[in-house]
Amino acid sequence: MIGLSHNAQWVLLSTLILGTAAGIMGCLAYWKRQSLMSDALSHAALPGVVGGFALMGFKNLPVMIAGAAVSALIGALLIHWIRSSSRVKEDAAMGIILSVFFGLGIMMLTFVNRMAGASQSGLDSFIFGQAASMVRKDVLMMIVLASIVLLVAGIAFKEWKLFLFDPAFAKGLGMSTRWMGAIYMGALVLVIVVGIQAVGVILMAALLIIPAVSARYWTQSFKWMVVLSALFGGGAGMIGTLISTYGKGWPTGPFIVIAAACLFVVSLAFGARKGLVVLAVQQYAQRKKLRRTTFVQQSALERGS
Amino acid sequence: MSYAGWILLTASLVGLSCGFIGALLILRRMAMMADAISHTVLLGIVVAYLVTRELSGVHMLLGAIAAGLLTSVLVQWFHSRGVQQEASIGVVFTSLFAIGVVLIATKVGNAHLDVKHTLMGEITFIPWEKIELPWLGAIPEAVFILSLVLIVVVAVILAFYKEWKITSFDPALAASLGIPVVLMHYVFMSLVSVTTVAAFDAVGAIMVVAMLITPAAAAYLWTDRLAVMLGLSGLFGVVSAIAGYYVAVWLDTSISGSMAFATGIVFMISFLGSPKHGIVAKFIRPAVPSA
Repeated sequence: MIGLSHNAQWVLLSTLILGTAAGIMGCLAYWKRQSLMSDALSHAALPGVVGGFALMGFKNLPVMIAGAAVSALIGALLIHWIRSSSRVKEDAAMGIILSVFFGLGIMMLTFVNRMAGASQSGLDSFIFGQAASMVRKDVLMMIVLASIVLLVAGIAFKEWKLFLFDPAFAKGLGMSTRWMGAIYMGALVLVIVVGIQAVGVILMAALLIIPAVSARYWTQSFKWMVVLSALFGGGAGMIGTLISTYGKGWPTGPFIVIAAACLFVVSLAFGARKGLVVLAVQQYAQRKKLRRTTFVQQSALERGS
Repeated sequence: MSYAGWILLTASLVGLSCGFIGALLILRRMAMMADAISHTVLLGIVVAYLVTRELSGVHMLLGAIAAGLLTSVLVQWFHSRGVQQEASIGVVFTSLFAIGVVLIATKVGNAHLDVKHTLMGEITFIPWEKIELPWLGAIPEAVFILSLVLIVVVAVILAFYKEWKITSFDPALAASLGIPVVLMHYVFMSLVSVTTVAAFDAVGAIMVVAMLITPAAAAYLWTDRLAVMLGLSGLFGVVSAIAGYYVAVWLDTSISGSMAFATGIVFMISFLGSPKHGIVAKFIRPAVPSA
């Protein structure tokens, strides 16, 4: 971190916080069985990003993030509507919204690229993420928004747990599952739109899915899963950003995702709960024990006869 | 044939083959698997290119089939190790896709293969990349490959029509009748990969997802019969491909994006107006007894 410029340090800090927030929201999404929902929503944010740009005529991050949030929420509502009032299943509904919104976004992107000329630089970077293109103001905004998500998840931790694992009981206690659902969706969309500039619309979902799945290999407790997932997400964000600064014009998103994937492979192999190595050792010990007992039994039989 | 004619033919071929495959995808509830495969195919293409150093049709098809099968095997494996199905799809395809993008960004990076091209496709270049064939004369390579894929898809679906039907609707019964359900699953995944990669060059990764899922989901709202659904799905695919092309020409925008959007319009019309399962129909006659 020492050799980096001042701006790069800020960017690094922002991807760290982003990864942490994404790791926490990813755990909630994992237990709501909505991992792929985040993929659909991040694709659905593209028309909003481009629309926000077209509205202002230049790159203004707050407006673009607001646009992204609006179009992702419209996507979420449409998915819900299609699923609840027709016989099309949820996965198909997500696929439809994902591809159609992305197609619309690409159409608009082509328009805007033509209309704005040179000043559009940086719009393409929303597809794969380009953390290096962020300036200090963007970074500060990202940090504030991501902190809001951390706060929301932290303050009502007990309530979230109830909401995820026993919604009927939560309702019985007088909690509004409707409001909880709305807040959850809001926080999820917030993480996605904040991450778009650093990670890009296509791979943003990975930062929500992979850390949570990796953390699952280490623990049974939800609390520790959230903590670990936050650590993994933050770590992947930082490592990926660091690596992508070594090449000129390298996109940030894919490197962050690969860093997360490496953490996943390590968890898969060495995870304390169901890791492959742990399982193999356990199986070996079992087999040995079994063999020894049969040997003892056999020798006892032989002595007896 | 004229320039626009070739483009329309290419797009219609994509619409037809994706529509047929998509109908089975929807019924097997594997829509998101198609999304995953359409992303990982990129890795297959990049690796095939790095190994052979040429962008020929056959190598790309083989690479794509390998990537598609790898994706479904990995998803299945993680799922059997206790990861949720959804989450394991998410982990596998994003990781493989990221590797593909990084390989392109660091190793390949040239005019033939760049990330934007693979995401959005370049249907406008299709009519110029022609090959000579006996009897037919010079036709665009993409049209040739797509026709071949369409023939294979139709042949495989027709040859095992009964088996597809039974494995899609009642896999347990199919298994008890002695139909190799697992083998059919992987054959189907290979078909999805082949269709995806053939359509990939023409319309890009995201458009393939739109073409695979949306027309089939729209057809699903119109009928309860598999044969009709297959036909409608192909028809919707062709209609949205052609409509999308004309809209794109009219507005002078991305052709593949506009085709994806057109499939969305077709779905919206079906969603609202289909006589059986549409929203409007439900409002008009809410009191019809269901049996």
